[in-house]
Amino acid sequence: MASENGELTGAGYINHHLSNLTYGQLPDGTWSFAHGAEEAASMGFMAIHVDSMVWALSLGVIMFWVMRRVAKSFSSDKPSKVQCFVEALFDMAQDSKDSTFTKQAKNVWIAPMALTIFVWVFFMNLMDLVPVDWIPELAKLAGVGYMKIVPSTDVNVALGMALAVFIMILYYSLKIKGPVGFAKELALQPFGKYLIPFNLVLELVGLLAKPLSLGLRLFGNMYAGELIFILIAMMYSAGLGLGVLGGVAQLGWSIFHILVITLQAYIFMMLTIVYLSQAHEHH
Amino acid sequence: MNINLTLIGQTISFLLFVWFCKKFVWPPMVNAMQERQNQIADGLAAAEKGQEAQNVAEKEAAELISKAKTQAAEIIASAEKRGNAVVDEAKTTATSEKERIVASALTEVEQEVHTAREQLRIQVSSIAVAAASKIADKEIDEAAHAGLIEDLVKQLKAS
Repeated sequence: MASENGELTGAGYINHHLSNLTYGQLPDGTWSFAHGAEEAASMGFMAIHVDSMVWALSLGVIMFWVMRRVAKSFSSDKPSKVQCFVEALFDMAQDSKDSTFTKQAKNVWIAPMALTIFVWVFFMNLMDLVPVDWIPELAKLAGVGYMKIVPSTDVNVALGMALAVFIMILYYSLKIKGPVGFAKELALQPFGKYLIPFNLVLELVGLLAKPLSLGLRLFGNMYAGELIFILIAMMYSAGLGLGVLGGVAQLGWSIFHILVITLQAYIFMMLTIVYLSQAHEHH
Repeated sequence: MNINLTLIGQTISFLLFVWFCKKFVWPPMVNAMQERQNQIADGLAAAEKGQEAQNVAEKEAAELISKAKTQAAEIIASAEKRGNAVVDEAKTTATSEKERIVASALTEVEQEVHTAREQLRIQVSSIAVAAASKIADKEIDEAAHAGLIEDLVKQLKAS
């Protein structure tokens, strides 16, 4: 609960919970884990959030491990419950692709990508439902000062995935429409060839807004949710009455959050399909 | 909120995961699901076929049964006819046999009667001769009257 120098303040508690385990290059050129938020900030771009990456990758590996195992032990006659669930996920991904993706183009990558996004983002969001102190306190016992277990509350993670989507948008736009076609689309819409600079600004802003809104929407929702959980957790140390109230609040917020995490994962998936569909469309 | 290498790391991880999913997770699962879909479709088709075959078989069986019934009726009718014919034949045979037996018995009886009559005549004639010889023993010379007696015997034989 304490911040790095041991003080037990509300602000310190919140800051501690919102700090990542950062490994990076200090201004003096040495690489080490950051001790405190200021040191982490001083590392600039040459730093990595170890907790975000480890949790994100572990959750992804678990996700694929479960799916591979289900695929290998696939039984037509006696499907297990897990198999039925995974099948429903595959169907959902395929249906989303079929219903949303442009019929002009065929792309076998969209449905697997939709599945990956939905399940992975859902898993990362799901960590939000683990009580906020459990794993950080365990980590502290193990000697790790910072542990932020919800990767999607890390703006790098959310924007990183959005950046990947952006790369795919550019790749498919160039591949399907060609450089000239893509440039025309950016320059000649919506006001025709006499307002090319204006069009360009408008379209480029629109293009950049796609990944930004995609990433920040997920990040904002999850970050806000996490913050509320942290605030609720602070009530536990503020007397019996507030503690009980905090318990009720946490229960209510958790239940509401089940909806939020699923919805955010779904929105991320659907918007990715929509953006890539636009990248495939000819005008 | 520091933007740092995590951004790049997550981007690379994401692209890698999508690639991994497309290559190693999506195909086996989707293929298995497709295979099962085909299995179910095949099963339903086979069930329908089986139903049809059963209907046909039932129809055939009904036909066979009705055919067999008519055949059986025919067989029974012809058997009855034949039975009647046999009985009639037997009756005819029996009647003719009876007539034959009766006829042969009559013949036999007649023959017996004839034989008996013959014997009787011989005996009567010999008795007559004996009686006559006894009467005429003293008066008739056997040698002298032999012709007469023989005529008498002949006459007796003829009657």
